[in-house]
Amino acid sequence: MSENMVIDSGNARQPFNYSVGLYGSKFFKELKENKRFLGVKCPKCSKVYIPPRKVCGECFIETREFVEVGPRGKIGSFTILRYAFIDPETGEQKPVPYGYGFIRLDGADTLFQHYINISDENKVKIGAIVEPVFAENRKGTIRDILHFNIVD
Amino acid sequence: MGKKRVAIIGTGQTYHKSHRPDVNGQELIHEAVSSALCDADLTIADIDAIVIGNMDHFEGINYVDCWSVDGSGGVMKPIIKLTTGGTTGSTIAIGGYHLVASGLFEKVLVIGWEKNSESDTTGAITTAFDPVWDRLVFAGAISGLAVEAQAYMARYGATDRDGARVSVRDRKHACNNPHAQLRKEVTIEDVLASPMLADPIHLLDVCPRTDGACAVIMANEDVAPKLASKLDWIWATSSRHKYTYIGDVNWGELDSMYNASREIYKKAGIKEPNKEISVIELYQPYSFAGIIWIEDMGIVPRGKGAEYIWSGATDMGGELPINPSGGVIACNPIGATGLIRCAEAAMQVMGKADIRQVPDVNFAISTGFGGCMWTDMILHGQKKPDF
Ligand SMILES: [Zn+2]
Repeated sequence: MSENMVIDSGNARQPFNYSVGLYGSKFFKELKENKRFLGVKCPKCSKVYIPPRKVCGECFIETREFVEVGPRGKIGSFTILRYAFIDPETGEQKPVPYGYGFIRLDGADTLFQHYINISDENKVKIGAIVEPVFAENRKGTIRDILHFNIVD
Repeated sequence: MGKKRVAIIGTGQTYHKSHRPDVNGQELIHEAVSSALCDADLTIADIDAIVIGNMDHFEGINYVDCWSVDGSGGVMKPIIKLTTGGTTGSTIAIGGYHLVASGLFEKVLVIGWEKNSESDTTGAITTAFDPVWDRLVFAGAISGLAVEAQAYMARYGATDRDGARVSVRDRKHACNNPHAQLRKEVTIEDVLASPMLADPIHLLDVCPRTDGACAVIMANEDVAPKLASKLDWIWATSSRHKYTYIGDVNWGELDSMYNASREIYKKAGIKEPNKEISVIELYQPYSFAGIIWIEDMGIVPRGKGAEYIWSGATDMGGELPINPSGGVIACNPIGATGLIRCAEAAMQVMGKADIRQVPDVNFAISTGFGGCMWTDMILHGQKKPDF
């Protein structure tokens, strides 16, 4: 036995139940039922936010107007993840490599984070046009979008 | 009881390593505290209050303010915990400054610590991000940084060689710092040949995981000159946050750093930061930030960061040395990392930085950065502030 002992915690697990809120719930309902993306527009600065949120932080004013954005967009920035790591959301090793994208959906001012299909890495560039691929069985979560494909 | 000017009168650090199974949390903290008390020639009885912090979830043991009192010296003293992710170390310094500047406490001990070896840090960092929207594709600290670098490179045509040059600088500087975890010089080719983690970031472009602690003692203007012959005056502090969701970030520029630096310059009347500031301890967790963030700070114009780095201006002996300690790329006990920047800047101002000393330091800046793209900044000065 080593002089300096280290004790293993074992496989500790703590599930949570997160409230999505009224605006987020509306987004996921629309995504699930109609494959549409909803943003909100600030009444003061006119910035269109996705995900939709109840307050524009810069103006500190309540947003009320939902506007449809996307479904197409352009890559705002991205990386390709190549190192293996344990996904804390699943406890499993994340399959790498994968495309990690920030997408400016048409009509939105903020970026939407999701997977980008990297089957042709040369096409993954800032400014490339992308479109979403939706899941067959949608449940009203971010996983209702499988990933975004680069449009030629 | 009005606002007091504040000086750092002593600092202490552990010898940082990737794994310290020889000590638990209290014991690690105690090493740094003892070292800072020794540097300031004080005993724990002289300390009026303590601010302590580390990363939430990293060790899976919350409330370090409570369970560490044996090591921190907090037994039957006012002690509070502050934690703000990557910026924790700089936030506790700013919090300590606020306590002393308020006039409520004469002498305050600030402690940052981390035992990164005790858990999976990517899992812990992910808990800082929204579970509904932001965690699906998220991959810890490196993913966001890679996205920042990509955006910057697309805008200004910077290359991975430019990033590597920053890593070469910091790793060279670290060889002068006995406290740094990694003290080995590398070449541009070494950096580029190291494994690609997330394009364009190679293994040698990023910080390690470290066990370590740091402590800083601050005192007000009434007592500081009596307690120490060498003082580091805190001129100004700033803290800036911007986004709710990670897609809100203006990738490629660090808005929080732009904003924090302008607040600092305005407070101190600094017009030409590259000339008026003698040294910077930048919380720079990866190489490309060494190019991008000096542009946000107004050290150089937009798009000119790489040129400035290649000129040698930020090397030891250059116009504006950055990270004489070796910085975060060489050593990263996260809850202590921001406070180490503060302590190293203080040592530079006090003339206590040994072989990593920059000559004639008037103003030094230390910063803190969090993966949520936020910034803390502290301006340190050799003279007592005139405001
Ligand atoms: Zn607005």
